[in-house]
Amino acid sequence: MSRHAVFLAPAALMVMALAAPLAAETAPQDVVFDDFGSIAEPLSDTAGNAEQGAVVYVDRSTGNCVACHAIADRTDADFQGNIGPSLDGAGDRWTTEQLRGIVADAKRTFPESMMPSMYKTSGYIRPGDAFTGKAGTEPLPPLLTAQQIEDVVAYLATLKE
Amino acid sequence: MTTPFRMAAAAAMACALSLPALAETAPENTDPIVINAGELELPTAVPPPAHLDGAVPEIYSGWLFRDAATQVMQTDDFQNPGMIFVDQGITEWNTVEGAAEKSCASCHEDISVAMKGLRATTPKVNKDGVLWSVEDYVNDCRVNRMEAEALDWNGDRMKNLTAAISMQSRGMPVDVAIDGPAQPFWEQGKEMYYTRYGQLELSCSNCHEDHYGDWIRADHLSQGQTNGFPVYRLKDAGLVSQHNRFRGCVRDTRAETFAIGSDEFRALELYVASRGNGLPVEGVSVRH
Repeated sequence: MSRHAVFLAPAALMVMALAAPLAAETAPQDVVFDDFGSIAEPLSDTAGNAEQGAVVYVDRSTGNCVACHAIADRTDADFQGNIGPSLDGAGDRWTTEQLRGIVADAKRTFPESMMPSMYKTSGYIRPGDAFTGKAGTEPLPPLLTAQQIEDVVAYLATLKE
Repeated sequence: MTTPFRMAAAAAMACALSLPALAETAPENTDPIVINAGELELPTAVPPPAHLDGAVPEIYSGWLFRDAATQVMQTDDFQNPGMIFVDQGITEWNTVEGAAEKSCASCHEDISVAMKGLRATTPKVNKDGVLWSVEDYVNDCRVNRMEAEALDWNGDRMKNLTAAISMQSRGMPVDVAIDGPAQPFWEQGKEMYYTRYGQLELSCSNCHEDHYGDWIRADHLSQGQTNGFPVYRLKDAGLVSQHNRFRGCVRDTRAETFAIGSDEFRALELYVASRGNGLPVEGVSVRH
């Protein structure tokens, strides 16, 4: 038993080191927004991956951006929503810093926006435990991880008219 | 006939400066629901009650926002799957139960006479100053007159009974009182309607006032009118009570929801009903 543990621990460390190269992330409460809602600094040391972001964008259990927004060339996604604005050309209209601020907490940019804040963990009214209907305890896990936000931002930045 | 997408076009212009979309979209038409080949016509669009103060230009039945296949099911009582439960509710009405050996009919006799109009005016404040839904009236009679057990608010027997009771008001305009003793309950419900609950920070109004007619993925948002409840919901293959629908909506904002039969949901039920004052009770509607 103990002999296995001794051998396994270094192996596990090596695997972790390869899979997640010590990515430093900014915690939700430490994010710095400017007066217009932009975030200048990336939330993760690992640069955003647009291909991953495109996956998060349509994935129902993570980003699910497609529930409210439409992008013309996402013919892979059925029934795109139109509650939010079309994101065609988003990469022309917004800088990366602005996109990061909107994805992390859109209400910093648009105070009346109905868009959920993807990287905010407290300050809610009757916060729940995910979709169970039961009470949750703040800080809640953010809706997206720092890396997922960077990935989605990288994807949105590729959307040019 | 309403011009389709008139609001969307105006909003698109307003949003040209890349503000977030905020646009309700009027239904493509506002045909009435014609039931049993003309036996009854239920209007689907009427002027909004004064208290809405211009929040929406017209109030619309949720029927207008459903697809044609769903709509047609409500136009014929033999096709409407909710009518099976209405029949079961009438059987319930006539069933003797409890120590007093009474049924609903023992005191109230003919449901079509005794219950006419109740659904159109509830929730309402009872003689003791308490806000009651139809379910509360049913259970008060069961416990105090029939000396039987109260029915589960969300159980089949209660839903069958409320469906049967609702049918007796079919075609009558919703007309809940919002002033006098009802006012504090109405104010509470209004506060809830505009509160952004849960981790998604969504209020009822975000979707059902600001974005009815728009699409949230595969679902077409209605105004959230309650004149069709209890609803036969295809997704659930059964009747759905108002409070159960409220519970699901609040849960889906990633919030701690309120309980079915809670005072909060009674207040919300009153406020939402009042937003539909003027729309006809649809008896048992069909939605998906």
